[in-house]
Amino acid sequence: MVKVFALIIGIILIALIAWWFFGKHEQAAQSAQVKDNGQKATVVVNGGYSPSTVVLKKGVPGQVDFDMRDHTACLSHVVFDSLGVNKDLTKQKITTVKIPTDKAGEFNFACGMDMFHGKVVVK
Amino acid sequence: MRLSSTQRFWTSLVLAIPLLIQMVGMLFHWMMPGYNWVALVTTTLIMLVGALPYWKSAWAAFLHHNANMNTLVAVGTTIAYFYSLFAMVTGRPVYFESAAFITVFVLLGDMMEERMHDNASNALKKLLGLQVKDALVKRDGQFTCIPLADVKVGDLIQVKPGEKFPVDGEIASGTTTVDESMITGESIPVAKKVGDHVVGATINGRGTVTFKATKIGKDTMLAQIVEMVKKAQTSHAPIQHLTDKISGIFVPAVLIIAIATFIIWYVLLGASGVQAMLFAVSVVVIACPCALGLATPTALMVGTGRAAKMGVLIKNGEALETVNDIKTIIFDKTGTVTEGKPRVTDIVGPKRQVLEVAASLEAASEHPLASAVMQRASDEGIQPQAVTNFQAIEGKGVAAELAGQPAFVGSNKLSVDYQVSSELKQRLSKLQAEAKTVIQVGLNQQVIGLLAIQDVPKTNAKQAIANLKAQGLRTVMLTGDNERVAQSIAQDVGIDDVIANVLPNEKAHYVEKFQKAGKVAFVGDGINDAPALTTADVGIAMGSGTDIAIDSGSIVLVQNDLRGVVRALEMSRKTFNRIKLNLFWALIYNVIGIPIAAGVFVSLGWILSPEIAALAMAFSSVSVVSSSLLLNKARIE
Repeated sequence: MVKVFALIIGIILIALIAWWFFGKHEQAAQSAQVKDNGQKATVVVNGGYSPSTVVLKKGVPGQVDFDMRDHTACLSHVVFDSLGVNKDLTKQKITTVKIPTDKAGEFNFACGMDMFHGKVVVK
Repeated sequence: MRLSSTQRFWTSLVLAIPLLIQMVGMLFHWMMPGYNWVALVTTTLIMLVGALPYWKSAWAAFLHHNANMNTLVAVGTTIAYFYSLFAMVTGRPVYFESAAFITVFVLLGDMMEERMHDNASNALKKLLGLQVKDALVKRDGQFTCIPLADVKVGDLIQVKPGEKFPVDGEIASGTTTVDESMITGESIPVAKKVGDHVVGATINGRGTVTFKATKIGKDTMLAQIVEMVKKAQTSHAPIQHLTDKISGIFVPAVLIIAIATFIIWYVLLGASGVQAMLFAVSVVVIACPCALGLATPTALMVGTGRAAKMGVLIKNGEALETVNDIKTIIFDKTGTVTEGKPRVTDIVGPKRQVLEVAASLEAASEHPLASAVMQRASDEGIQPQAVTNFQAIEGKGVAAELAGQPAFVGSNKLSVDYQVSSELKQRLSKLQAEAKTVIQVGLNQQVIGLLAIQDVPKTNAKQAIANLKAQGLRTVMLTGDNERVAQSIAQDVGIDDVIANVLPNEKAHYVEKFQKAGKVAFVGDGINDAPALTTADVGIAMGSGTDIAIDSGSIVLVQNDLRGVVRALEMSRKTFNRIKLNLFWALIYNVIGIPIAAGVFVSLGWILSPEIAALAMAFSSVSVVSSSLLLNKARIE
């Protein structure tokens, strides 16, 4: 009886995991706040990037602040492959990455091991 | 309180000592008095110090529908820890040490990986460290020491023996030798005189020189190299698409496998609940997405950094990967295979007299061949004499009077009034057959000698081509020159095929033709050959030693030396092979590790306790990073 119970729970768990991780869960992109001297978006780093997509306006000097709240090695670096940026986020609480906004486009970023992904959209 | 991985590791390790003592004591059937209570207290502390950050991160990731290595660590430790709490209350055997040692080993892995990661990115720091802090600049007629940031283009800067050139520039006074090895990889010092270019961060030899700054700040060669290496080190190789795909589903898949393991052992095979749980926890803990994720970036980082030290700038992971499929390598002739500057190769007749007459007449000429003659004369220590009645005869040569005697230098169209011995005539046709440009030197109605001029192959071109052929590549040379000249050069250096009479704008077209037979690399200078460089699968741009054409090639050689091509290909291959090896091990590791942890081989007596699984997991990422670091030691010609 206990075994049947365990079997059912196990199967339900597997189904839940599949649904939770493999199902479609869209996340909203967040726009940067524009101030007189530029625009800034903040990405909180905690078990991932939230928001994972930020939008910057074209033509306004832009930056993305990474607010590090994760204490594990996994997310310790942020890498923008097309910008040649590889920054250690653990040295200070907030790490700023300047984003060129002269052209519309997308800049992908990821953690040092390429397990977590996010992007900055300039438009 | 904020602790680093290192601090967490040491704290947890110290706290785990009593558990370790008990594990050893167990072998001698010794039980620590009140062990359960000791284990409860120390493990709880270890969970708070070491495991809690993983739990937090895993939970945050979970809320984002994400799962990562932290998820696995968190699941493994929570199950072991909370089950043990439950077991203690209900009087069953506890597994606190599993929870504690998983944490300790994972932290150990994190700490070592962090250190080696720093090690791998060292190349860039070393490059940046080459920059000097200040410069001795002439201001108001005096040389004063000012910070580097205040140096302007056009400033005159003094550099004493043994000091570094602060920025790029041109020697204004003095002569010296310069050690450029940090930029070009070439260890032999280079002689510099007035007018020669110098590169910032290279080391001045014996002489004190002043030079005029031509490039500062972001425009200096060092700054550009640093920028390029930075981009290369963070770039992606196409092979990573595989790991990107795997990493997205890896962790949830492992969780599912773990649950399946539990069900199979407990429900189908009739194992005890605790035994089934230990198998499941081992599965969760041994799975290592990190090793997969680290395989490519760390190798790229080390490989491109090492290449940069040799004066080979590989722009990105894509170029590095494509190099492995190259079948044909096409060279531009002038300036790539050859020096790009005509040189006097043969002198027929009385050497000093022939050179003296030729140099005296050519001194005022602007013909490209004239500079070859002047160079040779100055190498031989011959001073040109003053001439009168100088006449440049278009397309034929120059005529003048030297010490009252009529003289000429040029083609046989000018020699009609002069006598030419039959021996000279023979030599002339022989030299022409070797595809050399021959000029005659006449004095006082007599042709006294001949000068043969040719754009000669670079000294190490032959060796480089031989090396490339040994790697199984087909070598081709493209040139605008005529067939005869092209063939003679190709034979000299051992190039397989020659395509002559190619117009500059046709080069890209020929590259496309060869692409039908497989991937093509094109080697040329960054300025004239830009279209061919971009058309080719791998464009290798040769630098002039002072300037690098960043945009045109996917690989840029700082030095104008064909051996750089060999090094570039070899380093790319070695790096890419290392990436493949890393990925192979990371995959195999998981493919073999997970079934063992799940208890598939129990009949063979292979059982992994959760602690050992954690240790194995920690070392998988460390071994991948060390494998990448070994690229620093790989042998390169």
